[in-house]
Amino acid sequence: METSFNWLDPFGSINLNIGEWADGIKGWAMSNRPLIQPIKSFFETIIQSIEGALQTVPPLIMLILLVLIAWQAAGRRVALLVLVCLTVLGLLDPTAWSLAMTTLAIVISSVLICVLIGLPLGVLAGKSDGFEQAMRPGLDTMQTIPAFVYLVPVVMLIGIGNVSGVIVTIIFALPPLVRLTSLGIRNVNPHVVEAARAFGATPRQILFKVELPLATPTILAGLNQTIMLSLSMVVIASMISVRGLGNEVLRAMGRLDAGKAIVGGLGIVMLAIVLDRITQGLGRSGRDRGHRPWWQTGPVGLIANLFYKPA
Amino acid sequence: MKTQSEEAVIRCDGVWKVFGANAKKAIKAITSGEMTKVEIRDKLDCVVGVRDASFSVARGEIFCIMGLSGSGKSTLIRHINRLIEPTAGAIYIEGRNVNAMGASELRQLRAEKIGMVFQNMALMPHRNVRDNVAFALEVRGAPEEKRRKVAQDAIDAVELSGWELKYPDELSGGMQQRVGLARAIAADPTILLMDEPFSALDPLIRRQLQGTFMQLSAELHKTTVFITHDLEEAIRIGDRIAIMKDGVLVQVGTPEEIVTRPADDYVAEFVAGISKLDLVTAARIMQPLAWYQQAHGSANTAAWPVAAPTDKLNTLVDLAVGTEHPILIAADGVTVGVVTKSALLRGIQGREDIAQPLPEVI
Repeated sequence: METSFNWLDPFGSINLNIGEWADGIKGWAMSNRPLIQPIKSFFETIIQSIEGALQTVPPLIMLILLVLIAWQAAGRRVALLVLVCLTVLGLLDPTAWSLAMTTLAIVISSVLICVLIGLPLGVLAGKSDGFEQAMRPGLDTMQTIPAFVYLVPVVMLIGIGNVSGVIVTIIFALPPLVRLTSLGIRNVNPHVVEAARAFGATPRQILFKVELPLATPTILAGLNQTIMLSLSMVVIASMISVRGLGNEVLRAMGRLDAGKAIVGGLGIVMLAIVLDRITQGLGRSGRDRGHRPWWQTGPVGLIANLFYKPA
Repeated sequence: MKTQSEEAVIRCDGVWKVFGANAKKAIKAITSGEMTKVEIRDKLDCVVGVRDASFSVARGEIFCIMGLSGSGKSTLIRHINRLIEPTAGAIYIEGRNVNAMGASELRQLRAEKIGMVFQNMALMPHRNVRDNVAFALEVRGAPEEKRRKVAQDAIDAVELSGWELKYPDELSGGMQQRVGLARAIAADPTILLMDEPFSALDPLIRRQLQGTFMQLSAELHKTTVFITHDLEEAIRIGDRIAIMKDGVLVQVGTPEEIVTRPADDYVAEFVAGISKLDLVTAARIMQPLAWYQQAHGSANTAAWPVAAPTDKLNTLVDLAVGTEHPILIAADGVTVGVVTKSALLRGIQGREDIAQPLPEVI
């Protein structure tokens, strides 16, 4: 169509057809859906079994369980806070608890897969400068690219539903875990690692007996961030038909229904507080806990002390 | 066959360590005298850590390497268990070339033959005292029961009984270094590498730990390489001392040799402030009885106090205070020399004016 090349506006005259090219990949993917099917069913199984478990447990039992977990992980004060938050969540609406469990299942599935992918990547990035350099642009992209950009291709490839929701969430929530795992490994006192080498430890023993234990607080901070980011994706993910609290917010927006919006919004906030406080409690260092092993504190400690008296 | 005590457990053969990409070129430039250390740093972008260090340590000997910070002593000691690879030269432990070892052989050597103590303790903060001490056994896969027993023995040896289940951050600096010492001796290694172990401690605790260490080393009879920047510590602890400066071993010798016959001005400056009282022996400052009699005429030596040639100046001072006579030095009942008061005073100053018979006036 253009007859002459405009040097002052070169970009207007050049068309590399990147959009069409991407469409071509999409077309290929859609015609090869069976290849993607096993991945999809793998994710489906994880999500369904987690959600199934969360929904089967009666709300009161689940509430007590979560409070006990909070007590074990973070102490009595946090347990009390968790109790209040969960009660508020449940009282918001008769359906709120079940919706929250659905959302929780999505979050847990995403975080589980984030850990499976992110921890090894983070360890590699912590050990190798080259790998860290290579990873960085990818992680930057994942964190900054608007979710809507990859929402479409993911739906095209996998279709709407929970699996797409989990994949979209993973893309957004993975980077902090990788970054903070790498940071944690890098910040381990090099003298301690040297001492481990001097006493004949293998690289694997150094990783598991020295580096990972010492990096744990930083890694758990990364896990905390990953969980928070997963939770913040639930509203966006509900656009591709992911059920749960996010869906309530989305529907409320469509109908200008303030009541529903508050139920969904507050529900997400309550869930966020609960997850945040529990995972923050996990990240406390041994010194803060007074160097007692985990099984000597909290409710487990109470029960353990009934049967076992330390010498 | 060599006797056990004469055999060299550690032998360093012309060890060089040059940091930087052009290391080989830098070595050539230094050995041929083309470039100085500064030129090498600026032109080749290399830093010389250790320069042609050769020494050997006999079984049971305590070998001190003394130097100021940046002299390369910590770099040198790390070559012995190959935490650092030499640029040139080789290290032999009991005749085996450490640099030719494979990864698993090297790990076995480190875990079973060599214990190391670090200036900054380098204890593992997430492990209690017992698990820190048992680390070398743990990495070799020793059973739990054995680890416990061995760790307990080592903890008892450094007088930390009762602290087994405490964590490093609950201990004082001196106690932490005791744990470091216990960790090093737990696997009953042949060799102890001590990298400025007591430098970070305050003087009183340092003395205490030096005491503990010397007592332990007398009992356990380990071959030890001991790094320090404190000459007094080196003299107190070492059987032999190597003085290191800018990556070079300037002088290697017994404490007495270092103090009385410094190899150059650098060493001389170091030893200037060192008290000779407990170092210099009568043998070094005595003069033949004949010289004395030549100057003073024959005297009745029956009333003179008698000391052995190996007695230190301190002992001689004690003897000299109680009498007006010179001190007779006798070995196995045979008179070998005499120490006059002025020779004794000169000895305390660190001077050796005994080469010629001087006319003495008492």
